Amino acid sequence: MKYIDEFNDPDLARRLLDEIHATATHPWALMEVCGGQTHSIIRHGIDQLLPEQVELIHGPGCPVCVTPLDVIDQALEIASRQGVIFCSFGDMLRVPGSDRDLFRVKGEGGDVRVVYSPLDALELARRNPDREVVFFAIGFETTAPANAMAVHQARRLGLTNFSLLVSHVRVPPAIEAIMTSPVCRVQGFLAAGHVCSVMGTAEYPQLAERFGVPLVVTGFEPLDILEGIRRAVRQLERGEHRVENAYARAVREAGNPAALRMIEEVFEVTDRNWRGIGRIPLSGWRLAKAFRAYDAEHRFDVGGIRTEEPAECRSGEVLQGLIKPTECAAFGTTCTPRTPLGATMVSSEGACAAYYLYRRMNGPTPQATRATREEMNPVA
Amino acid sequence: MPELADTIDPARWTCPAPLRDQPVVVMGHGGGGALSAELMEQVFAPAYGNATLAALTDSAVLQLGGARLAFSTDSYVVRPLFFPGGSLGDLAVNGTVNDLAMSGARPAYLSAAFVLEEGVELTVVERIARAMGAAAETAGVTIATGDTKVVESGHGDGVYVTTAGVGLVPDGVDIRPQRARPGDAVIVSGPIGLHGVAIMSVREGLEFGVEIASDTAPLADLVAAMLSVTPDIHVLRDPTRGGLAASLNEIARASGTGVRLNERVIPVPDAVANACGFLGLDPLYVANEGRLVAFVPGSAADEVLAAMRAHPQGAGATLIGECVAEHPGMVVVSTGLGGTRVVDLPLGEQLPRIC
Repeated sequence: MKYIDEFNDPDLARRLLDEIHATATHPWALMEVCGGQTHSIIRHGIDQLLPEQVELIHGPGCPVCVTPLDVIDQALEIASRQGVIFCSFGDMLRVPGSDRDLFRVKGEGGDVRVVYSPLDALELARRNPDREVVFFAIGFETTAPANAMAVHQARRLGLTNFSLLVSHVRVPPAIEAIMTSPVCRVQGFLAAGHVCSVMGTAEYPQLAERFGVPLVVTGFEPLDILEGIRRAVRQLERGEHRVENAYARAVREAGNPAALRMIEEVFEVTDRNWRGIGRIPLSGWRLAKAFRAYDAEHRFDVGGIRTEEPAECRSGEVLQGLIKPTECAAFGTTCTPRTPLGATMVSSEGACAAYYLYRRMNGPTPQATRATREEMNPVA
Repeated sequence: MPELADTIDPARWTCPAPLRDQPVVVMGHGGGGALSAELMEQVFAPAYGNATLAALTDSAVLQLGGARLAFSTDSYVVRPLFFPGGSLGDLAVNGTVNDLAMSGARPAYLSAAFVLEEGVELTVVERIARAMGAAAETAGVTIATGDTKVVESGHGDGVYVTTAGVGLVPDGVDIRPQRARPGDAVIVSGPIGLHGVAIMSVREGLEFGVEIASDTAPLADLVAAMLSVTPDIHVLRDPTRGGLAASLNEIARASGTGVRLNERVIPVPDAVANACGFLGLDPLYVANEGRLVAFVPGSAADEVLAAMRAHPQGAGATLIGECVAEHPGMVVVSTGLGGTRVVDLPLGEQLPRIC
C-alpha cells in the first residue's frame, strides 16, 4: 500500500497544485476521458483545489454508462431465459434497461451472477455443460483482451455452451466525435492510462495534431491526475498540442503486444451506438467471423430489440462534456441512484453518480467546503 | 461551474423512492443500506407499529418490572459457513451479543434457531454448534433455548441460524442514535473492513497476497470498559452490513446532526485497502463484525479512548471525526488532499466495478 500512498502524498499534491495555479493564466477546459478518473477527481476533491481558470469536463469513458439501451435490453432478455447463467461485472446489475434491471431479473428467478473475470464465466460453462453461460462483454480497450481470451479459451476447450454479449467500445473514435461536435468546448485531454497501457499511444498524435489539443496520458491516483493537469495546462499556456505520457510506469508507446494480438484475433472493428451519444463510426468491436458461434446476440436471436431513451435524461450531454450533471433538471430529483434515468447516474464510474454521491451537502456554503491551501496538510 | 446548492433542492434527495419501484425482493433489501431501511420503514414498521420498534435501534430497550432489558434478534446466512477468523456459529453468537452491547447492556441469555437443509453433513452442524458454544463462553452468555427446522434439499443454503438475546442495561445508561450531539467525538474501535474482505476472498476465490481474517468478536466487555469511564456514552453501533458508512448515516439521520470524518486517520488495514482498490470497493462500506463506532461527549473522548485502547478489542481505537451541527443527516469526509465529499447511505450491497 505504501506504493499507492506515495500517489496520495498531500505535500507533493500541494506542490503540483501550486504549479498549476502559477501556470494557468487563461481559462482552460480539459476533459478527463475515463470515468475512473472522474471518480478519483470527485472522490479526492481535486476539482475543488484547482484554480478557477481550469475546468474539468467529464468525458464518455464510463463503459457502463455508454452501453446502449438496446444491448441492456438484450441482456435482460437473455438473462430471463430458462437454462441460462448470465454473468456480468457487478456494476452492470443496476443499470436500467427499458423497464427493469438485472437485479430485478435475478429477483424474479433469473440466474444472474456477478463475476470478477470472463474466465470465471468460462469456468462456470465448463462445470455446467447442460446450461448456456453468457458473459456480458462490455467496456473499452481495457476489458477487451480478457474477453477475447475467454472466447479463445472456449474454442480451445471445445466449449459450445459459452457465449459473449459484446458491446465493446474504443476511445480514439470517441475523442474524434467529441472534437468534431460543433459545440465542443474541450481544449485538452487527460487520456485514460489503462486504455493506453493496452493500446499504446500510436493513435493519439494524429488526434492531437488534427484538433490542436494536448493529450496527456494520465493515471488514476490523485498525484497522477494532478500531474496530467499540470502538463496539459503547461502545453496550453505555451500554445503546444502534443501527446505526453504522464503514466510512464504503466504505459509504453507500443502498448501491450500480447493483448493487442488477442484482440486482433478475436474481434473486428465495427460501428457502435453509444448510450446518450449516438452512433460513432468504427468505434467498437464485435466478434470476428471465425468466432461468430460465440456471439450471444445471434445465439439467442435478440438482435432485433430496439428501444428509446427517456426524453428527460441528458446523460448524452454529460457524456459529451456539454453540461455538468448538476445542470440537468432531473439530477437529484427524478434521477437518483435509486431511480436512475440514465446510466451515468447508476454506474459507479458515471459522472452523475460521482456528483450525487460525493457532492451533495446542504449545510456548508460552497465556499466553506472548498479547502483552503492551509487545510491541505491534514492533522493526523 | 454551477454549485449544487444553486441548482437543486438537496432536501428532496432524502425522500425515499416508493417501494413499488422494486416489486420483488432483491439482494439489496438485505444489504443494510437504503433498500433495507425502506423495507423496515415501509413494510415492517407500519405492520407492527409501536414506539419501541420505531426507535430502529440494534436492540430494543424494554422496561420489565424494575429491570431495563435489552432484547435483540438476528438471522445469519453467511456463505461459506467457515471462513478465516470464524464461522457462521461465531457470527450468530457475537452478532446478537454485540447488538445487545450497543444499547450498553450486559448480554445474559441467547436463543438459537437452526434452519437446516436436507443433505447437510451432521459434522458441519456439529462444528457450527461447537463454535457457538465456545463463542457464548467467551462472551459470557448462556444459550438457554433453541429450535430446529429442516427444509428440503435446494430450499436453503446449508445452514441458517437465528439467535435472539436478552441482557440488562445498567442504571443511568441511555445509548441510542438519537442522542448524538454536535461536539461529540466519533471513535471507531479498530481497523475496518476485515470481515467483509475475508468473506469475499473465500467466497469468490480471490487471493489478495495475504490471508485476511474476519474480525468477529464479542464487544460487550469493551462496552463495559467504556461505560466504567463515563455512563454518558451517547451512541454505540456495530458497523456490520453497509459498513461504517451505513452506521454513521443512520446515526446522522436519527439525531438530525452531521458527521464529519477525517479520511486520513480512518484505520483501514493495507490488505483491506489493497483488496478494495483491486475490486473498486470503498472500505467505508465494507462489513465488520467485531468493531463498534461510538459517539461520546468531546470532553470525555480522551479518557474513553484510553480505556478502549487498554482493552484487547479496542487496541486499535481511533478518533476519526466529530459530530457537527452543519449538514444535518449527512456524513461528510475531508479527503487526504483537502477536498470534501459526502459519504452516502449505500443503496444495497456494493458492487465490484468493471475496471
